[in-house]
Amino acid sequence: MSIFSHFGKYYILMAQAFAKPDKFKVVWKRIIDEMETIGIGSIPIVAILSIFMGAVTLLQMAYNFSNPLVPPYTEGLATRDTMILEFAPTIISLILAGKVGSSIAGNLGTMKVTEQIDALEIMGVNPQSYLIMPKVVAALFVFPFIVVISIFLGTFGGYIASLLTGVVKVEKYVYGIRYDFETFYITYALIKAEFFALIITSVSSYQGFITSGGAKEVGDSGTRAVVYSCIIILLFDLILTQLLLTN
Amino acid sequence: MIRVNNISKSFETNDVLTNISLNLERGKVNTIIGKSGAGKSVLLKCLVGLFDIDEGKILYDDRPFSEMGYQKKKQIRKEVGMLFQGSALFDSKTVLENVMFPLTIFSDKTNEEIKERAIFCLRRVNIEEYADTLFPAEISGGMQKRVAIARSIALQPRYLFCDEPNSGLDPQTSIVIDNLIKEITVELDITTVVISHDMNSVMEISDTISFIHKGQKWWEGTRDDIMTTDNQEVVDFVYASKFMKAVRDNFKKR
Repeated sequence: MSIFSHFGKYYILMAQAFAKPDKFKVVWKRIIDEMETIGIGSIPIVAILSIFMGAVTLLQMAYNFSNPLVPPYTEGLATRDTMILEFAPTIISLILAGKVGSSIAGNLGTMKVTEQIDALEIMGVNPQSYLIMPKVVAALFVFPFIVVISIFLGTFGGYIASLLTGVVKVEKYVYGIRYDFETFYITYALIKAEFFALIITSVSSYQGFITSGGAKEVGDSGTRAVVYSCIIILLFDLILTQLLLTN
Repeated sequence: MIRVNNISKSFETNDVLTNISLNLERGKVNTIIGKSGAGKSVLLKCLVGLFDIDEGKILYDDRPFSEMGYQKKKQIRKEVGMLFQGSALFDSKTVLENVMFPLTIFSDKTNEEIKERAIFCLRRVNIEEYADTLFPAEISGGMQKRVAIARSIALQPRYLFCDEPNSGLDPQTSIVIDNLIKEITVELDITTVVISHDMNSVMEISDTISFIHKGQKWWEGTRDDIMTTDNQEVVDFVYASKFMKAVRDNFKKR
């Protein structure tokens, strides 16, 4: 199937997903459930990764900036900005493409091959709206929170590293993370989070919906969902950075 | 009643159904039989609108279902119940939630009333215990089929479609499912369409039988007709086993 055919089918699927739902009360409940699955369920892995990313970033900055001409607060500032600009929105989204994306594609793919989606259709329920829309809306809502949590924990990870290793003095690190703070960076991170949330949930849902066959094909759909989501995330990372950060 | 007028369906160059006409009567179990790959499941999917037909018409009580748009089809689908080959129960919901699901979406009843109706349907198929705690994966195949029947009758359908309702079930459980389908058809006075190649089941419950061969309607008749038919393809299919041949010989001797 050509890339244009996939793009057309993806567009039709999304149009169906955002058609008027059968019952708002039911959809609202589904959105809450998905927020729990996508959001709360992702916090432990995001927390662990963010703390370690922040800590490692600080150590690498300290290693690279070991020059008397570089001000001592630079490590903290660089760790903070790296977390805000790239690691929290992009790397965490890539991780979530693996966790959330494969789960969505696997779940919907299994529903497809076991005729659960056909069952919804025959009942007169719009399966795209019932299954996909709550996932997309929930992700759009929770991803910014996840990114903010990641930024906070990443910066905290740097603090822990400075405290435990002493490569940067704690007071210099704290000074650095407070120095010359650009609030637009947060806006930039949140805009990226929204785009990536949409990419992960919609691409993975599409892969799930086009699954046919059996267990092997469901597995393949999960793999494709992760790979395509990651590639599209990186592509949009480039585009958004060019659009939002270039003067 | 469902009328099927000269429908055809092909996938790219492969003609799966050719010029099929059927009258599927209300209050009766209308069975469609045929070899694997004959086109039975495609026919069923065309009947319920999962596949669009290339030619012909499908009329649900004189309403042109095959010519309707998505929204109008949706209205008719609320009158349709379907029992899938693999039950197609929602595995993330409990047994009770599965039966409550269509009611939750389409009825304006309170949650208590919906629960009451779902329990009534489950009681009708002799499943009630632990329905609110067990998930589909935790019950047997026969029980899954019964839950699927309960779900399909929850909204009091006018049309019931069953895709190989006995596949993977032992003979005793098959009879339970067959009897349920037959009883529900009479009780609710609905049009029931069963796809099957289990001849025990076909002879047990069918009021009318249509034989599909190479994508065409090859033969139709009643249970008695099938015992005396000389149609070679039907004879080869139905009386493939020695046991069935003996049954037929005994019937003819009477």
